[in-house]
Amino acid sequence: MLEDKDRIFQNLYNDLGEDVESSRKRGDWKDTKEIILKGRDWIINEIKSSELRGRGGAGFPTGLKWSFAPKEVGSRPHYLVINADESEPGTCKDRDILRFEPHKLIEGCLIAAYTVNAHVCYIYIRGEYYNEGQKLQKAIDEAYSQKLIGKNASNTGWDLDIYIHYGAGAYICGEETALLESLEGKKGQPRLKPPFPALIGLYGCPTIINNVETIAVVPTILKRGAKWFSNLGKPKNTGTKIFCISGNVNRPCNVEEEMGIPLKELIEKHAGGVIGGWENLKAVIPGGSSMPMLPKEICETIKMDFDSLVEQKSGLGTAGIVVINKDQDIIQCMARIARFYKHESCGQCTPCREGSGWMWRMLERMAKGEASREEVDMLMDVTKQIEGHTICAFGEGSAWPVQGLLRHFKKEIVKRNNFNPLVNKDNEIPYLVDQHLLEKENAEIKS
Amino acid sequence: MSLKKISKDQPEKFEFNDRNIELAKKMINNYPEGKQQSAVMSLLYLAQRQNNNWIPLAAMKYIAKFLNMPYIKVYEVATFYSMYNLSPVGKFFYQVCTTTPCMLRGAYKLVDVCKKKISNKENEISSDGNSSWMEVECLGACINAPMIQINDEYYEDLDEKKLENIIEETMKGKTPKPGSYKGRVNSEPENNRTTLVGIKNA
Repeated sequence: MLEDKDRIFQNLYNDLGEDVESSRKRGDWKDTKEIILKGRDWIINEIKSSELRGRGGAGFPTGLKWSFAPKEVGSRPHYLVINADESEPGTCKDRDILRFEPHKLIEGCLIAAYTVNAHVCYIYIRGEYYNEGQKLQKAIDEAYSQKLIGKNASNTGWDLDIYIHYGAGAYICGEETALLESLEGKKGQPRLKPPFPALIGLYGCPTIINNVETIAVVPTILKRGAKWFSNLGKPKNTGTKIFCISGNVNRPCNVEEEMGIPLKELIEKHAGGVIGGWENLKAVIPGGSSMPMLPKEICETIKMDFDSLVEQKSGLGTAGIVVINKDQDIIQCMARIARFYKHESCGQCTPCREGSGWMWRMLERMAKGEASREEVDMLMDVTKQIEGHTICAFGEGSAWPVQGLLRHFKKEIVKRNNFNPLVNKDNEIPYLVDQHLLEKENAEIKS
Repeated sequence: MSLKKISKDQPEKFEFNDRNIELAKKMINNYPEGKQQSAVMSLLYLAQRQNNNWIPLAAMKYIAKFLNMPYIKVYEVATFYSMYNLSPVGKFFYQVCTTTPCMLRGAYKLVDVCKKKISNKENEISSDGNSSWMEVECLGACINAPMIQINDEYYEDLDEKKLENIIEETMKGKTPKPGSYKGRVNSEPENNRTTLVGIKNA
């Protein structure tokens, strides 16, 4: 287990206070100037050699992302945007950083903004986190009044302004280009890539977008050294991570742990075990609702890092762990997630807009045992029609969890839905009509 | 994409009060010159707060003029995002999270309580005119599930009994205490902390 001294977020549970003086006591804003004076190349190299990967879900190497920003500022200004639109079901780590460790985030903003040549930083917070946003605003005001940010921030000669922008309840705005659209005052519909935001982003200017947790760990990495960070975890999956353990566990909690910690240890040790005991475990969603679920056999041994989970055809995502025990109906759980995606699809690409609703309706029927045997394979086909056919990764995000269900629990679905096709005398039924919409008396049901 | 009904009863006129005009100008200044459209989301929030937590069409037209942008663009934004209420809601606006992590811990029991205590239908204002409720998607407090949001505050670690008490308090016009209703501190594991133990005892 990680030692307490190696935890970056010492104030995760707010024992120490979130104001600037208390934050200084635990090392925030210490040597910020010295770090910045070491220069951009040093900072980027240090972050690269720490092998920090983005904490927002995709796990893209942060140092590499920063190096994509143009080296010289041309006619267009550069922007830094922080993604605090935390809406992935199962994830609530950024919320605690915003309310209890805001100065780590603000200090990280200064370092990152300097590195990518930005004088303006926007923090995009989901609208529901109104109180967290107010706390962050208070911390920003404190930082301004102590001249930590603003003109000649922390005496570094660099000017930085930080503004908060509230979202308004759209999950899709967590996608970086949708976030930029939203920041420009439009509907949050993702943009085609390329061009990538690093070259053409906010208002058509070079923009670097990072997750809250990614930016908040940067100052500590630079202070304690890339070596310290990369010694934690395992190669390419280094450092610490806040895990959110929710669902059917005895003591749901947020906990910062080393990357690569066994899932079983997280659940048994930190979250007080599965309700009804480990044997009562049915499945675990390891990285927020977009990541395919893992059945108990895999949960016994799986380690929680990017690469180990990819090997099992899942992913670390945002590290929001949702534990599902045998008292739950697994198909119903998945149907509810499908409903979430149907609700949150932005409506831009047809496969996702139509497919997400299609998957939801099929799963609802499968949960009730009203689907036919053939539909189970049809559901897999629908997920394949969505995956890879949309502008943004929402398509994958909605299709993968359903594929995960089919991969591991197909037998269970078939057992419950073992009908022959509901409609046998279907001569006049047009293609693409949902069978459950047809009147029952027209259907000949054979079980 | 949220499905939203626009209220049939629309006020003729809407204008920001003096305080909100000040705030609106300040918000526009957060963005570069000529990019005032970025402030549309914040201005819609201001309008919503000023107008008993819902946005009439007149306010959208007013904001469009205020920001020098087409009305349809404001309308688009107001209808796209789920947090803008386009028809009246209760003074106490209950949003019950029912996405899977909350569902696993009994969120639908809370929905039943709302149906019983507030109104049988979603988005219908209670008979005393004070509250309304709706089901929402993940509110990002999964480890404190099941939870609800009333106006700006989160109420966490609930069960039927606790929610009933909360509703009764709001019926008396009081605002209940937000936060966890299990007595735990923020997001730490209940009773038995496994990390940062020394800091707690210090």
